[in-house]
Amino acid sequence: MDLNLQELEKTEFPVPAELENNIAITSLSQLYNWGRRNSMWPMLFGLACCAIEMIATASSRFDFSRFGFEVMRATPRQADLMIVSGTVTKKMVVPIVRLYNQMPEPKYVLAMGACASGGGPFKEGYNVVSGIDKYLPVDVYVPGCPPTPQALLFGMIALQRKIDGQSIANGDDVPWYGIGPAEPTPVPVLGPDIIDPRQMDMIRRQAEAAAEDMAMVGQRELPSATQLVAAKVETAEDAGAAGAAISDDALSFVLPTGGNPWTEAEEIREKRRLRALARKAVRASRRAADAEEE
Amino acid sequence: MVSPALAPDDVVKALSIEDSMAYLKSKHPDAVSDDEREGYSGVVVQASKLVEVARAIRDDLGFDYLSSATAVDYLGAGDHMEMVYHAYRTSGGGALVFKAQTERENPEIPSLVPVWRGADFQEREAWDLYGIKFPGHPNLRRILMWEGFHGHPMRKDWREAYYEEEQKPFDNRWPGGHVHRSEEKNVFGKNVTYPPDIDLNRLMDTSESEVYASLGLGVDVERILDKDGFETNELVVNMGPHHPSTHGVFRMVLTVDGETVTSLEPVMGYLHRNHEKIGERNTYLHNIPFTDRLDYISSMGNNHGYVLAVEQLMSLGRKYNPPTYRCEAIRVMMVELSRIVNHLWAIGFWLNDIGAFFTPVLYFIQERERILDFFEAVAGSRMMCNYMRFGGLFGDLPERIKSVSNLTNDRVRDYNTMQFLTEMVNERIPRTIDELEQLLTQNEILLERSIGVGILSADDAINYSAAGPLLRGSGVAYDVRRADPYSIYPELDFDVAVEQDGDMYARYRVRVTELRESVRILKQILPRLEATYGESIWADGKPGAYAPRVPFGEAYGRVENGKGELGYYVVSAGGRGGSSNPWRYHVRAPSFINLTPMGLMSSGYKVADIVGILGSIDIVLGETDR
Repeated sequence: MDLNLQELEKTEFPVPAELENNIAITSLSQLYNWGRRNSMWPMLFGLACCAIEMIATASSRFDFSRFGFEVMRATPRQADLMIVSGTVTKKMVVPIVRLYNQMPEPKYVLAMGACASGGGPFKEGYNVVSGIDKYLPVDVYVPGCPPTPQALLFGMIALQRKIDGQSIANGDDVPWYGIGPAEPTPVPVLGPDIIDPRQMDMIRRQAEAAAEDMAMVGQRELPSATQLVAAKVETAEDAGAAGAAISDDALSFVLPTGGNPWTEAEEIREKRRLRALARKAVRASRRAADAEEE
Repeated sequence: MVSPALAPDDVVKALSIEDSMAYLKSKHPDAVSDDEREGYSGVVVQASKLVEVARAIRDDLGFDYLSSATAVDYLGAGDHMEMVYHAYRTSGGGALVFKAQTERENPEIPSLVPVWRGADFQEREAWDLYGIKFPGHPNLRRILMWEGFHGHPMRKDWREAYYEEEQKPFDNRWPGGHVHRSEEKNVFGKNVTYPPDIDLNRLMDTSESEVYASLGLGVDVERILDKDGFETNELVVNMGPHHPSTHGVFRMVLTVDGETVTSLEPVMGYLHRNHEKIGERNTYLHNIPFTDRLDYISSMGNNHGYVLAVEQLMSLGRKYNPPTYRCEAIRVMMVELSRIVNHLWAIGFWLNDIGAFFTPVLYFIQERERILDFFEAVAGSRMMCNYMRFGGLFGDLPERIKSVSNLTNDRVRDYNTMQFLTEMVNERIPRTIDELEQLLTQNEILLERSIGVGILSADDAINYSAAGPLLRGSGVAYDVRRADPYSIYPELDFDVAVEQDGDMYARYRVRVTELRESVRILKQILPRLEATYGESIWADGKPGAYAPRVPFGEAYGRVENGKGELGYYVVSAGGRGGSSNPWRYHVRAPSFINLTPMGLMSSGYKVADIVGILGSIDIVLGETDR
């Protein structure tokens, strides 16, 4: 939503007659968002094939400056938006996280293309990160391989819409409207394989298990939204203790068994499905009861 | 030819490939033997005599250009490691293929860097990905992965974190009708595995000297950085991987003395997305869209090289029909259009690097968009065309060029294809090239910046395996389209662009001439398209098999792509009646090998020239790192 000055003048607050066409009243959030969405400078930062389409989007035929993405800046210090345009490799994710930490807030991440969103065609590769969201919070995903300039523009407009919905009042939603500086994202380390400092504890456990000749096999269910929120709260609490983000609870879904991971995953899925069905039934009966009461 | 070993020098230098092999065998009877495996060619050289034989190949026989050096792991098929070399004469002709074998445990093959400097990066890659040691190599360190990575990933017994099966298509992609994400099966929920003996305490060294320690700079970083005050002006400067002028995620580490560069070490691998490992799991057909993503500026050219290599292999079998004439004509047209796109892009971004920031390139991108519109209408995608198939194409040219959707700021596209092409080839593209030349060729600033900068001599260019405009800008008239012709190039009339000076300006001139030559080729293609109108693009009128069985053997298909010589080394092994997956799939990437002389070309010039020199090489990281 754009700020429409004509609209803003029609306000419920009393405005003296002589000032009628000179005063606009709006909320602070709206003013912030209006400024932010229309001066969103992307970082001049290309990773792979998608970068070529990003350049095409920036050049005269498509021209994203029309939408307020005025100019690309090569330094992260002057950029508001990181367009992750291409395959993120393990070797490259280290500088990417560093660049992200160097960007001033408010900062946004747009995952452009299949690779940045989830690994894409190269996902199985040994040097490929399965999407930048394994390391950084992503605001908008743009599908495509590569997305056409039109698709990228659509993604950028979607980001503007997202900004429109943000509010100063809700600090959880938008961390930089809250109090105090945000924690930097821990920079991954290149060891025998890439190491996410947030998983350091888990890797240590695995090494201990290996020393006792008990390999940690099995699968890890992707944490659901509630678990993620819980993990977030924990990290905020013990932010000082580096690399202890994964709690014992979070570790409990690592199954140290030698069974077939496929069938186990199947069982877990089946359980989930049954639980969901049960919940659905409870809701349905409750609704029926409510209807009867009325 | 009675006794090749006794012939005079100039005769030996003109021997055919077979006679050259006979010459080698008679000169080194105990070290050289024929490669007798089914479908293979060339000679096998005993590893201990490799350097000696290589010198004979270069000096006696005149195969002065080492195109490709790559490793193959024959686990379960002879259980040995093999280095395969393809050497060519810069005067033209086919390849002399020679191989050296070693055991899989502690593989060791003498380095050929003393003979061909162009083997430098390729041997480092073989060490990185296969763990083959090269005694005699000046700087044998990992090149694509980082120092400290566990294992050598291209070995057949090394498995990645998301390993599922040896080959695609996987047996059951969706067991029980559920989609599995690879993350769910991994303990860490990420694409990682760690060796059991991981030592976490030794990982956190981020000191400055440690950052540069794994690069083999040949300078004492500690000494330089430790000096206090202004005693010295020697510095280590890091450029990239995030830098606006490195054309992607490329990194250079320079040591400078004041403004003058004393040494330069290219560091790559930031876009190493395991093209070859994935390619060996894929079926042959699967790989075509992956080749698009190598040199993503000119994807049609990448398709062509790969398709040629596999067609070479398929022609060894019985059931194979070569592509029809119309198919070849369309292929050549697409490749030449890609070359135009590539050179426009290369010149535009080179100008960015030398200071004309983003103004000239906008003109060229505008013309490129026009060509991409055509690709989109024909192949369905602007950049990743995935257009060529073995023995044919994805589809014939459409009757009309249409827009996929009506863009708000774009007039609805609906043109007759031939009319569109004729206008593009006869008017639009020549007009753009004229405009380009008018703005740039005699531009005083451009001349000042580029003449006499980044000089590479002809001998060095050949010895360092430079290819494409980099080689031709140094006075070597070597173009694969003429030197080792393929497709319908022999019957087309065009000249090989060549400039003698070997500097940035010479490379620019080569590119401009090639743009004009491409237009000349396209003008010859159009009547051929009209003459073959209505003919099938497939030899037997219907598309080829989805998963073709490819007979045993090896093939090296190479094409002259915009960036230089693009080669595909494909080995088919295993399975009855041929294989459906390549055993070895290697890309000889011009962007990668053209970086070998980067250090040589840069030392002695100013820091500000470095990005210009890099731009004049014209690299694309998808291909450099694969």
